[in-house]
Amino acid sequence: MTRYVMVADLERCVGCQTCTASCKHTNATAPGVQWRKVLDMEVGDYPDVRRAFVPVGCMHCADPPCMHVCPSTATKQRADGLVTIDYDLCIGCTYCAVACPYQARYMVEEPAQAYRKGSMRSEQQREDPARLGVAQKCTFCSDRIDYGAEHGLTPGIDPEATPACVNSCIASALQFGDIEDPQSNVSQLLATHKHFRMHEELGTEPGFYYLWENQ
Amino acid sequence: MSVGGKPWLQPHWDWHVAVNFLTGGAGSGLILVAAGGALAGQALALPAWIGLLLVAGGLAQVSLHLGRPWRGLSVLVNPGTSWMAREAWVAGPLLGVTALAALFDSAVLGLLAGLLGVAFLYCQARILKESRGIPAWREPHIVPLLVATGLTEGLALYLLVALGAGWNAVLVPAGAVLLAALVVRFITWRGYRNALQGNAPQAALAVLNRADGPFTGVGHAVPFLLLLVAAGVPSAQLPLAALAALAALLAGWGLKFAIVTRAGYNQGFAIMHTPARGAGTGGVGSKPGW
Repeated sequence: MTRYVMVADLERCVGCQTCTASCKHTNATAPGVQWRKVLDMEVGDYPDVRRAFVPVGCMHCADPPCMHVCPSTATKQRADGLVTIDYDLCIGCTYCAVACPYQARYMVEEPAQAYRKGSMRSEQQREDPARLGVAQKCTFCSDRIDYGAEHGLTPGIDPEATPACVNSCIASALQFGDIEDPQSNVSQLLATHKHFRMHEELGTEPGFYYLWENQ
Repeated sequence: MSVGGKPWLQPHWDWHVAVNFLTGGAGSGLILVAAGGALAGQALALPAWIGLLLVAGGLAQVSLHLGRPWRGLSVLVNPGTSWMAREAWVAGPLLGVTALAALFDSAVLGLLAGLLGVAFLYCQARILKESRGIPAWREPHIVPLLVATGLTEGLALYLLVALGAGWNAVLVPAGAVLLAALVVRFITWRGYRNALQGNAPQAALAVLNRADGPFTGVGHAVPFLLLLVAAGVPSAQLPLAALAALAALLAGWGLKFAIVTRAGYNQGFAIMHTPARGAGTGGVGSKPGW
């Protein structure tokens, strides 16, 4: 079995938001929609203050509440763990959006571009009208993963088969791979670092791990 | 720069959705109470039609909120796991059977409609409970609270209908049941609030704290006292009972509106540890806004 997950090394992330920009460029999401973004969190009180940059987005949970509540079965889970939305089935009730504890889902009613003077080239090429009036979220760049599977490439290793945010990360803080493969990059990272998952107490089993210290 | 760590008010479900919880809860509660009244020999049609209109109106209102309303029937596809789909499945029979019961003034059909009304009310409560991204909604105590609220609103509406229609025979029993319902609703409200302490963002708790006074005072203490006074002062019975029912109804609607539109703060973000930097070690985590 394959279970794709993402790993964010908080020791490496510098909060540059290149992954955010890369995601927007790749998916031509509307203004205000960020399938991938990086939080800038300050913890503690002066003088004992720490800062962490925390990439967030759809966690592609193993037990996704968004899928369970979906009345139209538009939200599904693939065998490789990716949580998908069928834009042709979604009715836009946004029940999934209030069921997601990671605030990962958006809905855009009207077409919107980043600049008033018209669409950028990336928007012209990649804007998808099927996404209007329905739920949308990070796909883990499933089209790239599928392309990789068809061409014998390894997601997380070969850039053509790897999510855009991971490819763009200047510090290699974001990694992607198959957690079921003990030799994969993500399995090796999890074996050598202390890690946690966000809101794990909610039982959604997110497919997004945060490294915070070497073992 | 600090971006989005704290919970914020969910932007997805606004007053369109809240209205469905208001009128759907009260309408389904009214249908159940009307069924009880019909079994006791009271006319069914008037309260049943009002209940039906409230439920249908709420559903029509929420359908306007859909991003793709012409795909609305797809809401029926997944009753296996989705309480919204289950609500839709119950809504059809509820409206149909209630209409038939009202047309034929049938107590048996009324009873069936009442049971469907309870199922509809329960579905609505579970819809909120399964919203796991919203701490104030996912708390399990919200289920008894919403069911009790819907039934209390139904009783209050029935009392108003009885007052308007001059059904003097049902005023005392309806008032007595409303008194009991107020007690149950108050208990479920306290249970919900107690369970939520420490389990919801501070902003959501602040909204519910502000709602507590009006809901407890206007929604419970005032109607409770008015109904007791009405029992002892026959000459003022009608206006006092009407005021009591109105207060119980509006307070319930106000609370549900506040829970859906103002207490719906999301989970926010949290980290269990801050990362090690350089040769240092990791630090404590953070859950802003809690």
